[in-house]
Amino acid sequence: MSDLPSELQYTATHEWIRVEDDHSVTIGITDHAQDLLGDIVFIELPEEGSTVAAKDELSVIESVKAASDIYAPVSGEIIAVNEDLADAPETVNSSPYGEGWICRILPSNPAELEELLDADTYAGLCE
Amino acid sequence: MGNRTALFENHQQSGAKLVDFGGWDMPIQYTSLMEEHRAVREHAGMFDVSHMTIVDISGSDAKAWLRKLLANDVARLHPNQALYTGMLNEDAGVIDDLIVYHRDNGYRLVVNCATREKDLAWMQSHQAGFDVTLKERSDLSIIAVQGPEAMATLAPLLLNDPDINEDSLTALKPFYAMETDRLFIGRTGYTGEDGVEIMLPHDAARQLWDSLLAAGVKPAGLGARDTLRLEAGMNLYGHDMDESISPLAANMAWTICWEPEDRDFIGRTALQAQREQRQDDASRLMLKGLVMEERGVLREGLTVHCQLDDGSEAQGQITSGTFSPTLKHSIALARIPANTASCEVELRNKRIPVRIVRPGFVRFGKKVFD
Repeated sequence: MSDLPSELQYTATHEWIRVEDDHSVTIGITDHAQDLLGDIVFIELPEEGSTVAAKDELSVIESVKAASDIYAPVSGEIIAVNEDLADAPETVNSSPYGEGWICRILPSNPAELEELLDADTYAGLCE
Repeated sequence: MGNRTALFENHQQSGAKLVDFGGWDMPIQYTSLMEEHRAVREHAGMFDVSHMTIVDISGSDAKAWLRKLLANDVARLHPNQALYTGMLNEDAGVIDDLIVYHRDNGYRLVVNCATREKDLAWMQSHQAGFDVTLKERSDLSIIAVQGPEAMATLAPLLLNDPDINEDSLTALKPFYAMETDRLFIGRTGYTGEDGVEIMLPHDAARQLWDSLLAAGVKPAGLGARDTLRLEAGMNLYGHDMDESISPLAANMAWTICWEPEDRDFIGRTALQAQREQRQDDASRLMLKGLVMEERGVLREGLTVHCQLDDGSEAQGQITSGTFSPTLKHSIALARIPANTASCEVELRNKRIPVRIVRPGFVRFGKKVFD
């Protein structure tokens, strides 16, 4: 079974979400998702300062095998993107919950966080 | 559960991720496609390709029969030499592509796994009038050992076979094979690197696999096999060509042996007509290489927008595409008009120019186009 930290929240489309002390949320893709994609070779990062609505396309990840869309788990402003991934997209494979984070969003509607999944529910979807 | 090769447990022990491939449970990768790809380009890797079908051909008419069945001509083969060929239908569509090895008392064919049934049926339906016997060799495994260090690593492991010595193995020329009681070794492959494909009984295959693993040869899955063959510019049946495609439009013209003119191979009449028609058709379709150095990955099925040299526009299609682990950008094979001056692909609502090159991107670890 792939790694699923219990302190994170998840979506059915394989993003993880961590709520930070400043109420922003950090977003990445799950270990299960990176494993399915295999070697990641490009990431099209979202634009810092832009606003997104929940379920909007946030970024595109391309592996040798396939291209996959990443969706915004919540609405809000993108306040940071992980620029390091432009030159080292494989970091998402090696550290999906750490250095392979994709962006941070300042949620405009915190109620959307209630709709996210816990680790057990997400694990159930991946079986 | 699909068919399993004799090496199935070896794959599980190496942590293989298995997928269904033409009805077989095959390793798509072990640890990382990129690492497996790099091992073959820089050191040595090994593939279990036992899902492919081996057919031995014997009988007094074996040569005459193959000269009718195949578009390339086995009469050109020296003893123990191999050739690559298409097997065509009457309309000159490609039923399959295969390797033929010339042996002391007949021939050995290796055909694709997904086409096994139709290939065998086709061969059997054209046997009448020929003294020829077909024998499928499901008692043999096939291990491909590929990479610049493949021969040096393999040689000491085979020397407990009394009929093999270091000199005979290293003297084996590309596209030739040698044979002992238990081993059939062809200096062939599907990666663009030096190496061999070894056919041997299942129990011996398990032992050899373990010995190669212990000697540092990296197991590589079908994922790396695909990126390696595409970098080498080699076709994949069912993607770059099939029964609806002429070999002339699939970069297989070099595999057609037109001489002697009276050799009546299956598909010749249709192929001759295609060839004449194509001579007058500036925009005949050809399989070309595409290179995209921008970010993104060219994928099979993508439309290619072509600007022809007469100023008109046409469309082509990508038949195989990937990210090239060696070159660090995307490459593809695409069927486009011969007189295409420039072309673009549409990726995420944006037209991106791509370069046209001869099919073939990497050989012996090096980039081979300008």
